[in-house]
Amino acid sequence: MENLELKDYLRETNLIHARLIALVVLLVAMALLLLGRVWYLQIYQNQRFEVLSKDNRVRLIPIPPVRGQIYDRNGKVLAENIPVFTLEILPSEVRDMDALLDDVARIVQVSPGEISKFKSLVRSRPNFEAQILKVSLTEEEVARFVVNQHRFFGAYVQARLQRHYPYGGEMVHVLGYVGRINRRESESIDKAAYKGTEYIGKLGIESKYEDYLLGEVGFEQVETNAHGRRVRTLDRSPPVSGEDIHLNIDAELQVKAREYLEGRRGSVIAIEPASGDVLAFVSNPIYDPNKFVNGIDHRSYNALRDDIDRPLLNRALNGRYAPGSTVKGLVALAGLGNGWTKNTSVVCPGYYQLKGSSHRYRCWRRGGHGPTSMLESIMQSCDVFYYQLANHLGIDKMHEFLGRFGIGKRTGIDLEGEPSGLMPSRDWKKRVRGNPWYPGETLITGIGQGYMLVTPLQLGVMTATLANRGERIEPRLVDRLTHGSGEGQQQIANLQGRMLEQVVARGEDYDTIIEAMRAVVEHPRGTARRSGLNADYTIAGKTGTAQVVAIAQGAKYDASKLTEFQKDHALFVSFAPVEDPQIAVAVIVENGESGSGVAAPVARKVMDFYLRGIDANAAPEVANDAFNGDDAEPDYVEIAPANSSVATTLRPQT
Amino acid sequence: MFGIKVDLPLLSGLLILFVVSLVILYSAGGEDTGILVSQSLRMLVAFVVMMAFAQVRPDSWFRWSPYIFAVGLVMLGLVLLVGYTGKGAQRWLDLGFFRFQPSELMKIGVPMMVAWVLTRKSLPPNNLTLVLAALVLLVPSALILKQPDLGTTIMIMASGALIIFLAGFSWRSMGVLTVLAAVSAPFMWQMLRDYQKQRILTLFDPWSDPLGAGYHSIQSMIAIGSGGAQGKGWLNGSQSQLEFIPERHTDFIFSVFSEEFGFIGVLMLFVLYVALTGRGLYIAYYTKDTYSRLLAGSLSMTFFFYVFVNIGMVAGMLPVVGVPLPLISYGGTSMVTLMAGFGILMGIHNHRSLLSR
Repeated sequence: MENLELKDYLRETNLIHARLIALVVLLVAMALLLLGRVWYLQIYQNQRFEVLSKDNRVRLIPIPPVRGQIYDRNGKVLAENIPVFTLEILPSEVRDMDALLDDVARIVQVSPGEISKFKSLVRSRPNFEAQILKVSLTEEEVARFVVNQHRFFGAYVQARLQRHYPYGGEMVHVLGYVGRINRRESESIDKAAYKGTEYIGKLGIESKYEDYLLGEVGFEQVETNAHGRRVRTLDRSPPVSGEDIHLNIDAELQVKAREYLEGRRGSVIAIEPASGDVLAFVSNPIYDPNKFVNGIDHRSYNALRDDIDRPLLNRALNGRYAPGSTVKGLVALAGLGNGWTKNTSVVCPGYYQLKGSSHRYRCWRRGGHGPTSMLESIMQSCDVFYYQLANHLGIDKMHEFLGRFGIGKRTGIDLEGEPSGLMPSRDWKKRVRGNPWYPGETLITGIGQGYMLVTPLQLGVMTATLANRGERIEPRLVDRLTHGSGEGQQQIANLQGRMLEQVVARGEDYDTIIEAMRAVVEHPRGTARRSGLNADYTIAGKTGTAQVVAIAQGAKYDASKLTEFQKDHALFVSFAPVEDPQIAVAVIVENGESGSGVAAPVARKVMDFYLRGIDANAAPEVANDAFNGDDAEPDYVEIAPANSSVATTLRPQT
Repeated sequence: MFGIKVDLPLLSGLLILFVVSLVILYSAGGEDTGILVSQSLRMLVAFVVMMAFAQVRPDSWFRWSPYIFAVGLVMLGLVLLVGYTGKGAQRWLDLGFFRFQPSELMKIGVPMMVAWVLTRKSLPPNNLTLVLAALVLLVPSALILKQPDLGTTIMIMASGALIIFLAGFSWRSMGVLTVLAAVSAPFMWQMLRDYQKQRILTLFDPWSDPLGAGYHSIQSMIAIGSGGAQGKGWLNGSQSQLEFIPERHTDFIFSVFSEEFGFIGVLMLFVLYVALTGRGLYIAYYTKDTYSRLLAGSLSMTFFFYVFVNIGMVAGMLPVVGVPLPLISYGGTSMVTLMAGFGILMGIHNHRSLLSR
């Protein structure tokens, strides 16, 4: 028994010992397996996991740059960035959105429109992006919200910078405005450059100079924990704010010029002839760009769009009008280079007839001007003189010469969407109308009618070119770009307009034309004599009237029967002082009827304000003396008889 | 000394592990000293239990085995009837002054009872004895699985299976069982709960659902992998400090450790674990009676199974089952049980020469 037990014990011992050794082998195998796995992760795959670990915790947060400001030529701020308080909600932190919105609405006034806009944003954007519920909270609302903040988990008040136009609508046709980036824009812009930026220039300078104004986005590299909460800032590359733009516009002059239009639809362009600096760029009526910054509501927009006065139309840039008699100086200048002299005289019987045609092209003065010299033809705006001169020159020469003054060509101003206007030619007519050019069309082109179309800006450039004695310079709204403010300010670029063309004509010919244009304003028989009264500087000018509605030959022009929108446009171009032109002004008053009576006074007031600092509206009694007393005869009264195929749509021009 | 007997190699290894635990818990717990204090208290309790158990002669354990097992079994039954439920599982008995987890008792009770059953006859065991041992193993396992507590079930099954293996269960039978297990695997799959199935599926391709089921696995692997050879340094592990690692001071503490101390640290930790296990197997080898040998071998190897299952899970090799990293993870009950096991080992070693059968 003892033996057996001992034998059993020894056998058991051997058995267990063998099994224990097997366990040691298992132990080593398991340890090596684990070590192998950890080695694989930590050594072999280390780089991959290091990257993943970094991706986990490091996040790039864009810091939007501050948009460049816009100043006028005297340093007045035209577009700035003001802090506004917005109420934002981070959807990922909100458990019950409707309950939160109800709660918030008790503290801050939120309209149903804002709520539906917010909800559609929440649906379309990732839930870790905060969405704006309401912009521009009042200080009181901010205070109430902050006190109750603990109740609104996921809702925050943020201070943001928002574009603001202190001059309201006064500059809108120059500056345009910024608005929120829409879907179409977000497809075309460089997404990286607009990280964190919500606004983009939509129109005007804001759009044209978008690349400069935007600035460069900065980034903050932050470490976040697993819940997305920011732990610390690792690195920061600050944003570079956009460049500031200094315009050539004189804000005060711009405001005054629009004031002088007295609420009429129209446009005033003022240019410094030597430099091409645009001093005033007025289109009336205006609208408030501040309403567009955060998106205008449909009703307000529709009201603007459907307004019969079309405030959204930038007349200064896009309005196209027949230049009327304002081109007569140029046609005369062309004549001086083509065989006519300043002493050439035409007898005006009140009409002109082409050989072999019975059609009478009428002068605005029914009785005629009698023998008319070139000086008198400009001064009194005799149409017959220019029918004959146009007939002498022919359309080809006129097309070429007037084209050099920029008619039918884009001025090259720094705004988008400029039309070219139209200077008709044989080619053009064949191409577009499929008809040959008729001699009668040459005649009416000579008085700035027919197919010819100019924008107010082109009229301004044309006048400046005349003032420069043929030097045509690209008009410029922007003078220079600067970066930073105060002492650190550096100039980035100086954007002078290029000289586009030198119109070749003899110096004495310019003298002749400019002298005649002086007579328009200064001579007792000049068409714009009333606008030249009491000026202590010299003015050269030319009136014009552009027809809006076609009136059949033989029909009598009866202003009283025409509706407001069928009345003629009133034009006036001028520059001063004649010896050393500082300012060229072009005025178009839609349906103003009289270039001398309506447009010229506006130009005179603009020049007085710019050259002498005299504000006509500030001293009404002086203004009455100088500009009122509208006792003169109308500029035109009669209509040509009906029988021509060409000129049926025309009345004589002044 | 003072009549108290310990095993110095085991004791020193365990104390080093305690220090490592406190060091890494300080980092994983967000430098919260409160965690350190409560963990130190648990260590103290566990240490006292170990010292007490180290003084017990192994033949006493042999005699008490059926009673310990019976008490444990009754308590497991009670847990299912009137147990306290926490974290979706019914594991605790509320004894008024503290909550007791009977499954912890069975971590020692089951191997004791299996060894008791097997050593009543000479080894290798005959079929009847094996059936009896299997019953002793399977009944409590089934009760624990029902709680449900898959991690503990697996460890208890492993501890019992180790005893049967050490007792000389034939290699051929093991081969047959392996084939049987493979065949029945699809049926076993049906028995699993959905979240358990999900965990197994996630194991094979955690990147298929990186923000859902695979999130824990992926974040843990990123932590380990980004640690590199030298680690990011104590308190500098971004994955753990920034809370990307789930359960980072309990089950997933190994990813914190390996992120901050790197492969070198992991190597040293392995040396420590293997040394402790090896010392246990050494004690089993050199002790004289069969019951002690079986118990010592099982307790030591089960200890390393904990390590294997935990690290395997954290490193993305094994499905996620709730098994802590022994003696390092934050938490009380399992630490007391493990230290009790080491106390029994020490007792076996201390009394090896006194016994002879």
